[in-house]
Amino acid sequence: MSRRAESIVLHALLIAGGVITLFPLFWMLSASLMSTGEATSLPPHIVPHAPTLAQYRELFVRLNLGRAFLSSAVIAVVVTLGSLLTSSMAGYAFAKLRFKGRQRLFGLLLVAVVIPPQVGMLPLFLLMKKLHLVNTYWGAIIPSLATVFGIFMIRQFMLSVPQELLEAARIDGASEWRIYWSVVMPLARPILATLATFMFMSMWNDFMWPLIILSDTAHYTLPVALANLSGEHVQDVELMMAGSVVTILPVLLLFVVLQRQYISGIMAGSVKG
Amino acid sequence: MSPESRAALLFLAPAILLLAVFFFAPVIAGFALSLTDFDLYTIGDSHNLRFLALRNYRDLLGSSIFWTAFGNTLYFALVGGPLTVVVSLAAALLINAKLIRAKSLFRTVYFAPVVTTLVAVSIVFKYLYHPRFGVFNRALSAVGLESIDWLGNPKLAMFAIIMLAVWKGFGYTMIIFIAGLQNIPGELYEAARIDGAGWWKQFRHVTLPMLGPTFLFVGVVVAIGQLQIFAEPYVMTRGGPLNKTLTMVMLMYEQGFRFWRMGYAAAVAFVLFLIIGTATLVQMRLQEKR
Repeated sequence: MSRRAESIVLHALLIAGGVITLFPLFWMLSASLMSTGEATSLPPHIVPHAPTLAQYRELFVRLNLGRAFLSSAVIAVVVTLGSLLTSSMAGYAFAKLRFKGRQRLFGLLLVAVVIPPQVGMLPLFLLMKKLHLVNTYWGAIIPSLATVFGIFMIRQFMLSVPQELLEAARIDGASEWRIYWSVVMPLARPILATLATFMFMSMWNDFMWPLIILSDTAHYTLPVALANLSGEHVQDVELMMAGSVVTILPVLLLFVVLQRQYISGIMAGSVKG
Repeated sequence: MSPESRAALLFLAPAILLLAVFFFAPVIAGFALSLTDFDLYTIGDSHNLRFLALRNYRDLLGSSIFWTAFGNTLYFALVGGPLTVVVSLAAALLINAKLIRAKSLFRTVYFAPVVTTLVAVSIVFKYLYHPRFGVFNRALSAVGLESIDWLGNPKLAMFAIIMLAVWKGFGYTMIIFIAGLQNIPGELYEAARIDGAGWWKQFRHVTLPMLGPTFLFVGVVVAIGQLQIFAEPYVMTRGGPLNKTLTMVMLMYEQGFRFWRMGYAAAVAFVLFLIIGTATLVQMRLQEKR
């Protein structure tokens, strides 16, 4: 086969794969802009004949989905900021501060990677009940405020920060907190951005724990509200697709904007880890 | 204590305390819970709690619903896992090919499903699979084939969920494979070409062996993720038809949080933990042998 023919075949394969990959998302968006009943009509409509925002209006005005949107945003933002702080502090200590038992403690933390979170969920629920945090935002937030994944990621990055930089700051009389906050943190900005993207997206998309801990509709996050709606509105295809768009679009846009950080984060983690 | 150790203690305290109280302690308590008859009555009055030793596990291994969930979960992981690896390796090889332009565009497109919300795309696929107006069936009838009740047919339902999982997940492992491919020194291919090796021989004798460590990482990540499947069947089938999509985490959720049989549910969770631990060990052993 000539190089040119080979190139055409390879590109055709990739484009076909791309069309298949994007089709479900395209159909979701298209159906969300149809009027009720259009997505199930015969012959099928692939694009709406008269695009309308009626489904979105229904969701936000009558079904109060704005509230779930807000719950999702609050939980994801608080967890992202909180876990950036706890992970960067611990990751810095593991990488740059000498103390007894450092390797052993770090090794112990890494065990967590193979423990499925569901193993602790039942006692965690009982603990939250004792603390009166069931059906509160804090109940959804607190268990994710510190993650082994975040500590690991920051530690790997901090190992490359030159020790001389810290020693110089120490000789200048800077406190340990000041070295962390004013010397190390500014250097760590790229990895912090990567971790923030990861944390925000995983919290936004999380389903099982919010489903367990948030029991009334006023506190539901988007995925929980959506799963609940899909039970009541099985026939309303267009409405459910609008709800899916509202849920997916924020993370998809965030990914498109921050994809460089996000993808390089996965690559770095996989090669070193 | 040196000032540095004291500082380290303070820097570690928030993360370690949070992890200890809200992750490690519940995991250990989960094992203790699995040895008791903790249920709705115990929530009301803790005096009702009884120690059962391993009876929950014995009951579990003797119940057909557990083996159904166990079998379904394993089927999902053993079919979905390799399928994800094959699709993502193929995508990575294509994108990494020298002739390809706009590599980062294709990479972004293939990765997009990974960042989407699982619950939302499960709902989208539920409609795509609809027996009458679903797009898949319309495509089938357009070429003159009979339509299929994807999620209603006990033999097909889990496979339909597997296709969703492959679509959703292959972009992630593809990125890891691309990183692995880029780490293979170009001289190896050069040498193989000089020896007259064609595309397949280069793939078989250079690419595959050099990707060894990547396969281990991908295998472990995919296995751990897939054995925890919950949201897809919860949203699409509720475990049906005929319990054919009931998974272990779903069984745990239903027993623990709907019927409040928490001791029994904790035992289910621990069996899952054992399976994930075993899967990880087996993959590491296999990799060592190579």
